[in-house]
Amino acid sequence: MKKRLLTFLLWATSLGALAAPDPALVRQLAADDNSDKIAAIQQLTAAAEPGTAKLLQAMADDSLYVAGDKLYVYDGEKTVDALNGETAELPDGAETITVNNRLRGELANALAALKLFDADRAVRLAAARELQSQVGAELAGVLAKARDQEQDAEIKSLLALAHAQATLQDADPAVRLAAVNTLAAAASPAVKSLLLPLTEAGGESDEKVRAAASAALKSIERSLAWMDTLAGIFSGLSLGSILLLAALGLAITYGVMGIINMAHGELLMIGAYSAYAMQSLFRAWAPDYVDWYLPAAIPVAFFAAAAVGVLMERTVIRWLYGRTLETLLATWGLSLILIQAARVLFGAQNVEVANPSWMSGGVELLPNLILPWNRVIIIGFALFVLFLVWVLMNKTRLGMFVRAVTQNRAMAGCVGVPTARIDTMAFALGAGIAGLGGVALSQISNVGPDMGQGYIVDSFMVVVVGGVGQLAGAVWAALGLGIFSKLLEGWAGAVIAKIMILVAIIIFIQKRPQGIFALKGRFADQ
Amino acid sequence: MSATSSVLPLPAGRVPLTLRVFAALDRKAWIALAVFLALALVVVPVLNLALPPESIFHVSAYAITLIGKIMCYALVAVAMDLIWGYGGILSLGHGLFFALGGYAFGMYLMRQIGRDGSYQSDLPDFMVFLDWKELPWFWLGSDSFGWAAFLVVALPAAVAFVFGYFAFRSRIKGVYFSIITQALTYAAMLLFFRNETGFGGNNGFTDFKRILGYPITAPETRLVLFGLTAIALAATLVFAAWLVKSKFGRVLTAIRDAESRVMFIGYNPLWYKLTIWVISAVLCGIAGALYVPQVGIINPSEMSAANSIEIAIWVAVGGRGTLIGPVIGAFTVNLAKSWFTVSFPEYWLFFLGLLFIVVTLLLPQGLVGLWKKIISKKQGASA
Repeated sequence: MKKRLLTFLLWATSLGALAAPDPALVRQLAADDNSDKIAAIQQLTAAAEPGTAKLLQAMADDSLYVAGDKLYVYDGEKTVDALNGETAELPDGAETITVNNRLRGELANALAALKLFDADRAVRLAAARELQSQVGAELAGVLAKARDQEQDAEIKSLLALAHAQATLQDADPAVRLAAVNTLAAAASPAVKSLLLPLTEAGGESDEKVRAAASAALKSIERSLAWMDTLAGIFSGLSLGSILLLAALGLAITYGVMGIINMAHGELLMIGAYSAYAMQSLFRAWAPDYVDWYLPAAIPVAFFAAAAVGVLMERTVIRWLYGRTLETLLATWGLSLILIQAARVLFGAQNVEVANPSWMSGGVELLPNLILPWNRVIIIGFALFVLFLVWVLMNKTRLGMFVRAVTQNRAMAGCVGVPTARIDTMAFALGAGIAGLGGVALSQISNVGPDMGQGYIVDSFMVVVVGGVGQLAGAVWAALGLGIFSKLLEGWAGAVIAKIMILVAIIIFIQKRPQGIFALKGRFADQ
Repeated sequence: MSATSSVLPLPAGRVPLTLRVFAALDRKAWIALAVFLALALVVVPVLNLALPPESIFHVSAYAITLIGKIMCYALVAVAMDLIWGYGGILSLGHGLFFALGGYAFGMYLMRQIGRDGSYQSDLPDFMVFLDWKELPWFWLGSDSFGWAAFLVVALPAAVAFVFGYFAFRSRIKGVYFSIITQALTYAAMLLFFRNETGFGGNNGFTDFKRILGYPITAPETRLVLFGLTAIALAATLVFAAWLVKSKFGRVLTAIRDAESRVMFIGYNPLWYKLTIWVISAVLCGIAGALYVPQVGIINPSEMSAANSIEIAIWVAVGGRGTLIGPVIGAFTVNLAKSWFTVSFPEYWLFFLGLLFIVVTLLLPQGLVGLWKKIISKKQGASA
């Protein structure tokens, strides 16, 4: 009697540990027919007993074995009897249960659904997010249960959406109507395509549900259009910040000093190769700190590009002041030499510059709208460089001298400004800023010897539209052109958008030949 | 300018046109032109066809294609010189007009392939590849030589007129104009790179078989094209010489030197600039049309910024504001290019880059200016 009681107790405790999933259903997981397996998975999930998740996870991991009518979970070290939770020996003839892709999908959904009951909020949230698409009717029960239990408002609303998707094909029109009304709040293309068949008589018999579906579809389309516009504006800002970085240096050399520098793109290239060189150095000498190569590249790029700028100004550009067309040709020659030098030094192929790990990923602003970190950081970096230039030009002695030389070279010389040295310094500054732009470009585009060529037309467009002699013009022109071309791109395609922008610029120059911010006064017509 | 100083003052409008054309060149220049034409139309064909390939006087097919190609470039350089050297307007878009002429004629050459393409279709191969069933509307009439010849002239002219009208009307000049033309060419290049545009995408047109029914690679066809190019170049030089010495040319030069003053006298610079701009574009288009059958390919890279700016360096090397300068420049630079790219491909861009710098810094008048300086020094020394 005592022995029997002990056996009973043992049986009862083991039952409490793992016996909660119905043993008959668990056995059905090993059925020959896939439909039977799926039915078992769905019923186990709907019951949502503790221990189910472990079992299904084992099945998804191919570590659920069957031998006769016994099932075992073998995790590589020890074996557990799946039916009663006791430690067991894996019999010799045990075979793993075959899981095909269809089953895998079912298992993933089932596991996600089971995670909805996890104690950890983050796990529940992730599971609810995963259940936002391709939710079958069989999950309706478990989703309703989870929704009613859930305390967190965010997870609850996600679960409501998932539940609505699961009940969209319900037999009861009232349930369908409720589901459609819930889904109206969601703004995702997947929900849109789910609702689309319900607006037609063939897909939905009930007139009320049809009407509700049409209304829901309209509201979803509206919010989708909004999100598209938002995404367009963000990528426009991102493009604008890149244009700004490329054009800021040009705004100083061309806009302020009147030097047309066709080698400007190659100064960007030098900046980008500085980032590459720093990355290689860090990889060779300080592999543990490789993520920090980027901050280290910023001063290196600035001074490398500035040094090349000084060299260019002293040897070539200096002799051509006032002869803009000749400057154009000579700097083009310089750009060819720099491109070929990069080819000789680094090879003709593009080099690989990796994002530091802290720049990967993104912030999720809205569902379906993720802002990648590298874009966000580049926007911030552009603002930082802009601020730096503004301070330099408006708050420092050098900036004051540059402005004085721009306004009246002879007069500035008379009051003791060393104009020749200021020219060199200002050109070096513009070149250095191009180098900073190059570092940013290395994070989002290919780094190769002729990468600069692609930016030269765009950055001149920015300066031309912005107006000569002003930094503010360059800022507005860069952002405007960036946003405008991204929005047009969504509507007409990249090439057509580019051509439309160009035509718009030509028309714009008809109306305002001096750009957005024209210089006024006696310098305007020089 | 020194080029205009040797001209006799002619009573404008009274002298018959033929005489005025005759007066455009002096006797030495006419003789040089005749020698050039005799070489191109008689000597080269004889040396190519009559002599065996072993002979040292034999002119190879490679040389004929190369020289023919460079003559096309020289034609473009003269066109560039008209607008830059005489009009003071640096265009970075001449590659576009060259390519437009090339594409317009290339369409005809593509249709001449007929069913001999890889897909044995009436449509050009790239259209079969895109699964197009019929020719797009803008290919209408492309099987006619006459229409192609008309397009070669009309297309660059139309583009140049529309663009030039708006640009010159708002008095865009100097570097602004250069950059806008560069942007225009860049946009056109992007457009032609698209497969859907209907001009063969980045492969462009190639694998031509026939021209007016004659096989395009036959030595005789090559020589005819070579001769036609030489005639076109000579005719352009005569026309340009006449143009720059006419009243029109003088007003143009005046606009180059002091636009506001010309306006104050009562001329409207718009029409002068626009006329020379369109003429220059048309000459480029003709050069492109002669280039395509000789080289056997046209693709959007002809519209790259580098190509257009290289045209400017041909003119600058030879000497701006003279008519022989661009021809000399085109030949010098391109012969150097073919030599470098075979012998020292690594150094070609260094050389070209240095050429840009040296010419602008040290040789603003180009080789012609250098030659004149040497001559005048010699005369000064002997006197």
